[in-house]
Amino acid sequence: MSARKQLEEELEDLKTELVEMCRLTADMIASAIDALVRFDRGLGHSLAETDRRVDEYEMDIEKRCMRILIRRQPVAKDFREVSTALKMITDIERFGDQASDIGDLVYTMPGDRYVKNLSHITAMGELAVRMARESVNSFIRNDERLADEVISLDDEMDGLFLTVQDELIELIRRDGKANGEQAIALMMVAKYLERIGDHAVNVAEWTKYNETGVHQKF
Amino acid sequence: MRKKDKSAAPAQEFGQSISVSCANLWYGELQALREVSIEIPARQVTAFIGPSGCGKSTFLKCFNRMNDLVPGCRVEGSFRIGQTDIYGGTDVNALRRHVGMVFQKPNPFPMSVYDNIAYGPRTFGVRRRTELDEIVETSLRQAAMWEELKDRLGRSALGLSGGQQQRLCIARALAVRPGVILMDEPTSALDPISTGKIEELCEALSESTTIVIVTHNMQQATRISHKTGFFLLGELVEFGDTDDVFANPKDSRTERYITGRFG
Repeated sequence: MSARKQLEEELEDLKTELVEMCRLTADMIASAIDALVRFDRGLGHSLAETDRRVDEYEMDIEKRCMRILIRRQPVAKDFREVSTALKMITDIERFGDQASDIGDLVYTMPGDRYVKNLSHITAMGELAVRMARESVNSFIRNDERLADEVISLDDEMDGLFLTVQDELIELIRRDGKANGEQAIALMMVAKYLERIGDHAVNVAEWTKYNETGVHQKF
Repeated sequence: MRKKDKSAAPAQEFGQSISVSCANLWYGELQALREVSIEIPARQVTAFIGPSGCGKSTFLKCFNRMNDLVPGCRVEGSFRIGQTDIYGGTDVNALRRHVGMVFQKPNPFPMSVYDNIAYGPRTFGVRRRTELDEIVETSLRQAAMWEELKDRLGRSALGLSGGQQQRLCIARALAVRPGVILMDEPTSALDPISTGKIEELCEALSESTTIVIVTHNMQQATRISHKTGFFLLGELVEFGDTDDVFANPKDSRTERYITGRFG
Protein backbone atom coordinates (compact mmCIF):
# COMPACT_ATOMS: atom_id res chain seq x y z
CA MET A 1 0.00 0.00 0.00
CA SER A 2 1.36 3.46 -0.87
CA ALA A 3 2.32 5.85 1.93
CA ARG A 4 -0.39 8.23 0.69
CA LYS A 5 -3.04 5.50 0.88
CA GLN A 6 -1.91 4.51 4.37
CA LEU A 7 -2.14 8.10 5.55
CA GLU A 8 -5.62 8.45 4.07
CA GLU A 9 -6.74 5.30 5.89
CA GLU A 10 -5.27 6.52 9.16
CA LEU A 11 -7.03 9.88 8.80
CA GLU A 12 -10.28 8.07 8.05
CA ASP A 13 -9.88 5.90 11.17
CA LEU A 14 -9.12 9.00 13.19
CA LYS A 15 -12.34 10.65 12.03
CA THR A 16 -14.37 7.51 12.72
CA GLU A 17 -13.13 7.46 16.30
CA LEU A 18 -13.83 11.18 16.67
CA VAL A 19 -17.43 10.59 15.57
CA GLU A 20 -17.78 7.75 18.09
CA MET A 21 -16.38 9.95 20.87
CA CYS A 22 -18.70 12.77 19.94
CA ARG A 23 -21.74 10.48 19.72
CA LEU A 24 -20.98 9.19 23.22
CA THR A 25 -20.66 12.69 24.69
CA ALA A 26 -23.77 14.01 22.90
CA ASP A 27 -25.71 11.00 24.27
CA MET A 28 -24.33 11.84 27.71
CA ILE A 29 -25.66 15.40 27.47
CA ALA A 30 -29.06 14.03 26.41
CA SER A 31 -28.98 11.53 29.29
CA ALA A 32 -28.03 14.25 31.76
CA ILE A 33 -31.07 16.31 30.70
CA ASP A 34 -33.23 13.18 30.78
CA ALA A 35 -32.02 12.44 34.33
CA LEU A 36 -32.75 16.05 35.29
CA VAL A 37 -36.27 16.10 33.84
CA ARG A 38 -37.19 12.73 35.35
CA PHE A 39 -35.40 13.52 38.62
CA ASP A 40 -33.57 10.22 38.08
CA ARG A 41 -30.68 10.29 40.54
CA GLY A 42 -29.46 6.83 39.42
CA LEU A 43 -29.16 7.85 35.78
CA GLY A 44 -27.41 11.04 36.80
CA HIS A 45 -24.94 9.09 38.93
CA SER A 46 -24.17 6.61 36.11
CA LEU A 47 -22.77 9.34 33.86
CA ALA A 48 -19.51 9.48 35.80
CA GLU A 49 -18.81 5.93 34.62
CA THR A 50 -19.52 6.85 30.99
CA ASP A 51 -17.20 9.83 31.36
CA ARG A 52 -14.31 7.45 31.98
CA ARG A 53 -14.94 5.95 28.52
CA VAL A 54 -14.78 9.47 27.08
CA ASP A 55 -11.40 9.96 28.74
CA GLU A 56 -10.20 6.71 27.17
CA TYR A 57 -11.36 7.92 23.75
CA GLU A 58 -9.48 11.16 24.26
CA MET A 59 -6.24 9.37 25.10
CA ASP A 60 -6.65 6.92 22.24
CA ILE A 61 -7.30 9.66 19.67
CA GLU A 62 -4.39 11.65 21.04
CA LYS A 63 -2.15 8.62 20.49
CA ARG A 64 -3.44 8.22 16.94
CA CYS A 65 -2.67 11.87 16.19
CA MET A 66 0.82 11.61 17.66
CA ARG A 67 1.50 8.46 15.65
CA ILE A 68 0.43 10.14 12.41
CA LEU A 69 2.52 13.24 13.19
CA ILE A 70 5.61 11.18 13.95
CA ARG A 71 5.32 8.52 11.27
CA ARG A 72 3.74 10.44 8.40
CA GLN A 73 4.88 14.02 9.05
CA PRO A 74 1.74 15.40 7.42
CA VAL A 75 1.64 18.81 5.78
CA ALA A 76 -1.02 21.16 4.38
CA LYS A 77 -4.61 19.86 4.75
CA ASP A 78 -3.40 16.57 6.24
CA PHE A 79 -1.48 18.48 8.91
CA ARG A 80 -4.46 20.71 9.64
CA GLU A 81 -6.78 17.71 10.00
CA VAL A 82 -4.51 16.08 12.57
CA SER A 83 -3.85 19.27 14.51
CA THR A 84 -7.57 20.11 14.42
CA ALA A 85 -8.46 16.67 15.77
CA LEU A 86 -5.84 17.08 18.48
CA LYS A 87 -7.34 20.40 19.57
CA MET A 88 -10.97 19.29 19.20
CA ILE A 89 -10.74 16.30 21.51
CA THR A 90 -10.08 18.61 24.46
CA ASP A 91 -13.42 20.32 23.82
CA ILE A 92 -15.26 17.06 23.11
CA GLU A 93 -13.87 15.64 26.34
CA ARG A 94 -15.27 18.71 28.11
CA PHE A 95 -18.73 17.90 26.66
CA GLY A 96 -18.47 14.64 28.62
CA ASP A 97 -17.18 16.35 31.77
CA GLN A 98 -20.01 18.89 31.80
CA ALA A 99 -22.63 16.19 31.18
CA SER A 100 -21.15 14.12 34.00
CA ASP A 101 -21.16 17.19 36.28
CA ILE A 102 -24.85 17.79 35.48
CA GLY A 103 -25.50 14.11 36.29
CA ASP A 104 -23.76 14.61 39.61
CA LEU A 105 -25.88 17.68 40.33
CA VAL A 106 -29.03 15.61 39.66
CA TYR A 107 -27.69 12.88 41.96
CA THR A 108 -27.26 15.38 44.80
CA MET A 109 -30.19 17.66 43.89
CA PRO A 110 -31.80 19.09 47.06
CA GLY A 111 -35.50 18.33 47.54
CA ASP A 112 -37.72 15.79 45.84
CA ARG A 113 -39.52 18.00 43.35
CA TYR A 114 -38.50 21.00 41.30
CA VAL A 115 -39.15 24.52 42.51
CA LYS A 116 -39.53 25.76 38.93
CA ASN A 117 -40.57 24.80 35.46
CA LEU A 118 -37.58 23.31 33.58
CA SER A 119 -38.65 24.22 30.06
CA HIS A 120 -35.84 26.73 29.39
CA ILE A 121 -33.18 24.44 30.86
CA THR A 122 -34.53 21.59 28.71
CA ALA A 123 -34.32 23.86 25.68
CA MET A 124 -30.70 24.61 26.59
CA GLY A 125 -30.06 20.86 26.85
CA GLU A 126 -31.52 20.18 23.41
CA LEU A 127 -29.51 23.03 21.97
CA ALA A 128 -26.34 21.74 23.64
CA VAL A 129 -26.82 18.27 22.11
CA ARG A 130 -27.40 19.81 18.69
CA MET A 131 -24.37 22.13 18.93
CA ALA A 132 -22.10 19.31 20.12
CA ARG A 133 -23.18 16.95 17.32
CA GLU A 134 -23.14 19.52 14.55
CA SER A 135 -19.78 20.99 15.54
CA VAL A 136 -18.12 17.62 15.09
CA ASN A 137 -20.18 16.86 11.97
CA SER A 138 -18.97 20.11 10.44
CA PHE A 139 -15.40 18.82 10.78
CA ILE A 140 -16.15 15.34 9.47
CA ARG A 141 -18.02 16.72 6.45
CA ASN A 142 -15.59 19.62 5.85
CA ASP A 143 -18.66 21.84 6.12
CA GLU A 144 -17.70 25.41 6.97
CA ARG A 145 -21.30 26.59 6.70
CA LEU A 146 -22.42 24.12 9.35
CA ALA A 147 -19.55 25.38 11.56
CA ASP A 148 -20.86 28.95 11.08
CA GLU A 149 -24.33 27.76 12.06
CA VAL A 150 -22.99 26.26 15.29
CA ILE A 151 -21.19 29.51 16.07
CA SER A 152 -24.37 31.51 15.51
CA LEU A 153 -26.41 29.14 17.74
CA ASP A 154 -24.31 30.23 20.68
CA ASP A 155 -26.24 33.51 20.87
CA GLU A 156 -29.44 31.52 21.35
CA MET A 157 -27.72 29.49 24.07
CA ASP A 158 -26.52 32.63 25.85
CA GLY A 159 -30.01 34.14 25.62
CA LEU A 160 -31.57 31.05 27.21
CA PHE A 161 -28.94 31.08 29.94
CA LEU A 162 -29.77 34.68 30.84
CA THR A 163 -33.48 33.82 30.90
CA VAL A 164 -32.87 30.86 33.26
CA GLN A 165 -30.63 33.05 35.40
CA ASP A 166 -33.34 35.73 35.69
CA GLU A 167 -35.95 33.08 36.58
CA LEU A 168 -33.75 31.63 39.31
CA ILE A 169 -32.87 35.03 40.75
CA GLU A 170 -36.59 35.78 40.92
CA LEU A 171 -37.24 32.47 42.71
CA ILE A 172 -34.58 33.20 45.31
CA ARG A 173 -35.86 36.74 45.74
CA ARG A 174 -39.36 35.40 46.38
CA ASP A 175 -38.39 32.74 48.92
CA GLY A 176 -34.67 32.14 49.27
CA LYS A 177 -35.08 29.79 52.20
CA ALA A 178 -37.39 27.40 50.36
CA ASN A 179 -35.89 27.66 46.89
CA GLY A 180 -32.29 28.78 47.32
CA GLU A 181 -30.38 25.50 47.49
CA GLN A 182 -32.08 23.94 44.48
CA ALA A 183 -31.99 27.20 42.55
CA ILE A 184 -28.20 27.28 42.89
CA ALA A 185 -27.94 23.66 41.69
CA LEU A 186 -30.14 24.49 38.68
CA MET A 187 -28.06 27.59 38.03
CA MET A 188 -24.98 25.37 37.82
CA VAL A 189 -26.77 23.01 35.43
CA ALA A 190 -27.55 25.98 33.19
CA LYS A 191 -23.97 27.19 33.43
CA TYR A 192 -22.60 23.79 32.41
CA LEU A 193 -24.95 23.70 29.41
CA GLU A 194 -23.87 27.18 28.43
CA ARG A 195 -20.24 26.04 28.65
CA ILE A 196 -21.02 23.08 26.37
CA GLY A 197 -22.16 25.69 23.83
CA ASP A 198 -18.81 27.46 24.18
CA HIS A 199 -16.90 24.22 23.64
CA ALA A 200 -19.00 23.48 20.54
CA VAL A 201 -18.05 26.93 19.22
CA ASN A 202 -14.38 26.05 19.80
CA VAL A 203 -14.83 22.86 17.78
CA ALA A 204 -16.53 24.86 15.00
CA GLU A 205 -13.66 27.35 15.02
CA TRP A 206 -11.19 24.50 14.53
CA THR A 207 -13.31 23.20 11.66
CA LYS A 208 -12.99 26.61 10.03
CA TYR A 209 -9.23 26.52 10.62
CA ASN A 210 -9.12 23.09 9.00
CA GLU A 211 -10.87 24.49 5.93
CA THR A 212 -9.17 27.87 5.66
CA GLY A 213 -5.85 27.58 7.47
CA VAL A 214 -6.79 30.59 9.60
CA HIS A 215 -7.76 30.22 13.25
CA GLN A 216 -10.18 32.91 14.29
CA LYS A 217 -11.91 33.30 17.66
CA PHE A 218 -15.63 34.11 17.61
CA MET B 1 48.65 41.39 -6.74
CA ARG B 2 47.11 44.75 -6.10
CA LYS B 3 44.78 44.30 -9.04
CA LYS B 4 43.71 40.85 -7.94
CA ASP B 5 43.13 42.16 -4.44
CA LYS B 6 40.71 44.68 -5.89
CA SER B 7 38.78 41.94 -7.64
CA ALA B 8 38.52 40.21 -4.27
CA ALA B 9 36.37 43.06 -2.99
CA PRO B 10 33.99 42.55 -0.07
CA ALA B 11 30.70 40.72 -0.57
CA GLN B 12 28.72 43.93 -0.22
CA GLU B 13 29.68 44.70 -3.81
CA PHE B 14 27.03 42.20 -4.87
CA GLY B 15 24.75 42.56 -1.90
CA GLN B 16 22.89 39.54 -0.71
CA SER B 17 19.25 39.66 -1.68
CA ILE B 18 18.30 38.15 -5.03
CA SER B 19 15.67 39.65 -7.29
CA VAL B 20 14.56 37.92 -10.47
CA SER B 21 12.00 39.20 -12.91
CA CYS B 22 10.44 37.31 -15.84
CA ALA B 23 13.16 34.68 -16.15
CA ASN B 24 12.91 32.34 -19.13
CA LEU B 25 15.51 29.72 -19.99
CA TRP B 26 15.86 27.36 -22.93
CA TYR B 27 18.09 24.35 -23.46
CA GLY B 28 18.04 24.46 -27.24
CA GLU B 29 14.33 24.18 -28.13
CA LEU B 30 13.30 23.02 -24.68
CA GLN B 31 12.00 25.73 -22.41
CA ALA B 32 13.09 24.85 -18.86
CA LEU B 33 12.00 28.03 -17.03
CA ARG B 34 8.87 30.07 -17.70
CA GLU B 35 8.36 33.64 -16.53
CA VAL B 36 9.89 33.10 -13.11
CA SER B 37 9.92 36.13 -10.83
CA ILE B 38 11.02 36.01 -7.22
CA GLU B 39 12.39 38.17 -4.41
CA ILE B 40 14.77 36.12 -2.27
CA PRO B 41 15.49 37.90 1.01
CA ALA B 42 19.01 38.50 2.24
CA ARG B 43 20.46 36.45 5.08
CA GLN B 44 17.75 33.82 5.15
CA VAL B 45 17.51 30.23 3.95
CA THR B 46 15.30 29.83 0.89
CA ALA B 47 14.39 26.32 -0.26
CA PHE B 48 13.29 25.27 -3.74
CA ILE B 49 11.19 22.13 -3.93
CA GLY B 50 9.45 20.33 -6.76
CA PRO B 51 9.54 17.08 -8.75
CA SER B 52 12.57 16.09 -10.82
CA GLY B 53 12.86 18.11 -13.99
CA CYS B 54 10.76 21.02 -12.70
CA GLY B 55 13.54 23.56 -13.22
CA LYS B 56 14.58 24.25 -9.63
CA SER B 57 18.25 23.32 -10.10
CA THR B 58 18.33 25.09 -13.45
CA PHE B 59 17.01 28.21 -11.76
CA LEU B 60 19.54 27.90 -8.92
CA LYS B 61 22.39 27.67 -11.43
CA CYS B 62 21.31 30.97 -12.99
CA PHE B 63 22.44 32.76 -9.83
CA ASN B 64 26.12 32.04 -10.49
CA ARG B 65 25.70 31.62 -14.26
CA MET B 66 26.65 27.97 -14.21
CA ASN B 67 24.21 27.55 -17.09
CA ASP B 68 26.59 29.57 -19.27
CA LEU B 69 28.63 26.38 -19.49
CA VAL B 70 25.74 24.39 -21.00
CA PRO B 71 25.81 24.43 -24.82
CA GLY B 72 22.61 25.81 -26.35
CA CYS B 73 21.44 27.36 -23.12
CA ARG B 74 19.74 30.72 -23.49
CA VAL B 75 18.60 32.90 -20.58
CA GLU B 76 16.22 35.88 -20.63
CA GLY B 77 14.98 38.12 -17.84
CA SER B 78 16.44 40.26 -15.11
CA PHE B 79 18.63 38.69 -12.42
CA ARG B 80 19.91 40.96 -9.68
CA ILE B 81 21.99 40.14 -6.65
CA GLY B 82 21.82 43.23 -4.51
CA GLN B 83 21.99 46.05 -7.02
CA THR B 84 24.05 44.14 -9.55
CA ASP B 85 22.57 42.86 -12.80
CA ILE B 86 24.46 39.56 -12.97
CA TYR B 87 23.82 39.02 -16.67
CA GLY B 88 24.61 42.64 -17.54
CA GLY B 89 28.34 42.58 -18.27
CA THR B 90 29.35 41.31 -14.85
CA ASP B 91 32.68 39.48 -14.58
CA VAL B 92 31.60 35.85 -14.18
CA ASN B 93 34.64 34.95 -12.10
CA ALA B 94 33.96 37.77 -9.67
CA LEU B 95 30.30 36.75 -9.57
CA ARG B 96 31.20 33.17 -8.68
CA ARG B 97 33.42 34.40 -5.90
CA HIS B 98 30.44 36.09 -4.31
CA VAL B 99 28.01 33.29 -5.09
CA GLY B 100 29.45 30.04 -3.79
CA MET B 101 28.01 26.68 -4.70
CA VAL B 102 27.79 23.30 -3.00
CA PHE B 103 26.75 20.28 -5.04
CA GLN B 104 24.89 17.06 -4.35
CA LYS B 105 28.06 14.98 -4.41
CA PRO B 106 30.94 16.31 -2.32
CA ASN B 107 33.72 17.33 -4.69
CA PRO B 108 36.86 18.05 -2.68
CA PHE B 109 39.93 18.67 -4.81
CA PRO B 110 42.53 15.88 -4.69
CA MET B 111 44.80 17.84 -2.39
CA SER B 112 45.16 18.52 1.33
CA VAL B 113 42.40 19.90 3.54
CA TYR B 114 44.39 23.12 3.86
CA ASP B 115 44.92 23.52 0.12
CA ASN B 116 41.24 22.87 -0.57
CA ILE B 117 40.25 25.80 1.62
CA ALA B 118 43.13 28.01 0.45
CA TYR B 119 42.43 27.30 -3.23
CA GLY B 120 39.86 30.06 -3.75
CA PRO B 121 41.71 32.80 -1.83
CA ARG B 122 44.95 31.92 -3.69
CA THR B 123 43.12 32.16 -7.01
CA PHE B 124 41.98 35.61 -5.99
CA GLY B 125 45.51 36.67 -5.12
CA VAL B 126 46.03 35.96 -1.44
CA ARG B 127 49.60 34.71 -1.04
CA ARG B 128 50.71 35.52 2.51
CA ARG B 129 50.85 32.38 4.60
CA THR B 130 49.61 34.05 7.78
CA GLU B 131 46.59 35.42 5.92
CA LEU B 132 45.86 32.05 4.36
CA ASP B 133 46.24 30.34 7.75
CA GLU B 134 43.70 32.73 9.18
CA ILE B 135 41.25 32.19 6.31
CA VAL B 136 41.58 28.39 6.61
CA GLU B 137 40.95 28.47 10.36
CA THR B 138 38.03 30.91 10.12
CA SER B 139 36.39 28.98 7.30
CA LEU B 140 36.73 25.65 9.09
CA ARG B 141 35.42 27.19 12.30
CA GLN B 142 32.41 28.61 10.43
CA ALA B 143 31.78 25.14 9.02
CA ALA B 144 32.10 23.72 12.56
CA MET B 145 35.05 21.55 11.45
CA TRP B 146 38.06 23.22 13.01
CA GLU B 147 38.24 21.00 16.08
CA GLU B 148 38.00 17.76 14.09
CA LEU B 149 40.42 18.82 11.33
CA LYS B 150 42.95 21.18 12.91
CA ASP B 151 45.46 18.35 13.35
CA ARG B 152 44.83 16.91 9.88
CA LEU B 153 45.17 19.98 7.70
CA GLY B 154 47.99 18.43 5.69
CA ARG B 155 46.15 15.21 4.95
CA SER B 156 44.28 14.51 1.75
CA ALA B 157 40.68 15.72 1.72
CA LEU B 158 39.77 12.53 -0.13
CA GLY B 159 40.37 10.57 3.09
CA LEU B 160 37.50 12.34 4.88
CA SER B 161 34.04 10.80 5.28
CA GLY B 162 31.28 11.87 2.87
CA GLY B 163 29.73 14.17 5.45
CA GLN B 164 33.09 15.74 6.31
CA GLN B 165 33.88 16.19 2.61
CA GLN B 166 30.60 18.01 2.09
CA ARG B 167 31.23 20.32 5.04
CA LEU B 168 34.75 20.87 3.73
CA CYS B 169 33.20 21.95 0.42
CA ILE B 170 31.04 24.42 2.34
CA ALA B 171 34.15 25.66 4.20
CA ARG B 172 35.90 26.00 0.83
CA ALA B 173 32.99 28.07 -0.48
CA LEU B 174 33.13 30.23 2.67
CA ALA B 175 36.86 30.89 2.25
CA VAL B 176 36.20 33.56 -0.39
CA ARG B 177 33.55 35.26 1.80
CA PRO B 178 30.57 34.86 -0.49
CA GLY B 179 27.37 36.86 0.04
CA VAL B 180 25.28 34.00 -1.31
CA ILE B 181 25.69 30.23 -1.08
CA LEU B 182 23.77 27.97 -3.44
CA MET B 183 23.24 24.36 -2.40
CA ASP B 184 21.98 21.76 -4.83
CA GLU B 185 20.68 18.81 -2.79
CA PRO B 186 23.70 19.02 -0.47
CA THR B 187 22.66 16.21 1.86
CA SER B 188 21.02 13.68 -0.44
CA ALA B 189 24.10 11.41 -0.26
CA LEU B 190 24.65 11.82 3.49
CA ASP B 191 23.58 9.93 6.61
CA PRO B 192 21.19 11.61 9.12
CA ILE B 193 23.97 12.76 11.44
CA SER B 194 25.97 14.44 8.67
CA THR B 195 22.70 15.83 7.30
CA GLY B 196 21.93 17.31 10.71
CA LYS B 197 25.35 18.98 10.85
CA ILE B 198 24.88 20.56 7.41
CA GLU B 199 21.41 21.75 8.40
CA GLU B 200 22.78 23.32 11.59
CA LEU B 201 25.45 24.95 9.48
CA CYS B 202 22.86 26.43 7.11
CA GLU B 203 21.05 27.97 10.03
CA ALA B 204 24.23 29.43 11.51
CA LEU B 205 25.48 30.74 8.17
CA SER B 206 22.17 32.38 7.33
CA GLU B 207 22.95 35.03 9.95
CA SER B 208 25.47 36.51 7.55
CA THR B 209 24.87 34.81 4.20
CA THR B 210 21.95 34.31 1.86
CA ILE B 211 21.41 30.60 1.34
CA VAL B 212 19.38 29.07 -1.46
CA ILE B 213 18.96 25.32 -1.28
CA VAL B 214 17.38 22.86 -3.69
CA THR B 215 16.09 19.84 -1.84
CA HIS B 216 13.95 16.78 -2.53
CA ASN B 217 13.54 16.32 1.19
CA MET B 218 10.49 18.33 2.19
CA GLN B 219 11.07 17.76 5.88
CA GLN B 220 14.47 19.35 5.37
CA ALA B 221 12.84 22.36 3.76
CA THR B 222 10.48 22.70 6.73
CA ARG B 223 13.35 22.31 9.19
CA ILE B 224 15.80 24.83 7.84
CA SER B 225 14.24 27.27 5.41
CA HIS B 226 12.54 30.58 6.07
CA LYS B 227 11.03 30.74 2.59
CA THR B 228 9.99 27.98 0.22
CA GLY B 229 9.39 28.06 -3.51
CA PHE B 230 7.54 25.25 -5.30
CA PHE B 231 8.46 24.66 -8.95
CA LEU B 232 6.50 22.66 -11.48
CA LEU B 233 7.17 22.31 -15.22
CA GLY B 234 9.51 25.30 -15.21
CA GLU B 235 7.08 27.58 -13.36
CA LEU B 236 7.41 28.97 -9.86
CA VAL B 237 3.95 27.94 -8.71
CA GLU B 238 4.13 29.27 -5.17
CA PHE B 239 6.62 31.16 -3.04
CA GLY B 240 6.14 32.23 0.55
CA ASP B 241 7.03 31.74 4.18
CA THR B 242 7.84 28.08 4.74
CA ASP B 243 5.32 27.81 7.58
CA ASP B 244 2.54 29.04 5.29
CA VAL B 245 3.52 26.95 2.28
CA PHE B 246 3.52 23.74 4.31
CA ALA B 247 0.56 24.46 6.60
CA ASN B 248 -1.71 26.29 4.21
CA PRO B 249 -0.54 26.28 0.59
CA LYS B 250 -2.39 28.69 -1.65
CA ASP B 251 -2.14 26.70 -4.87
CA SER B 252 -3.80 23.29 -5.21
CA ARG B 253 -0.76 22.02 -7.19
CA THR B 254 1.49 22.78 -4.20
CA GLU B 255 -0.98 21.05 -1.89
CA ARG B 256 -1.08 17.96 -4.11
CA TYR B 257 2.69 17.77 -4.39
CA ILE B 258 3.59 18.20 -0.73
CA THR B 259 0.87 15.82 0.47
CA GLY B 260 2.06 13.13 -1.95
CA ARG B 261 -1.07 13.18 -4.10
CA PHE B 262 0.81 14.24 -7.18
CA GLY B 263 0.72 12.27 -10.41
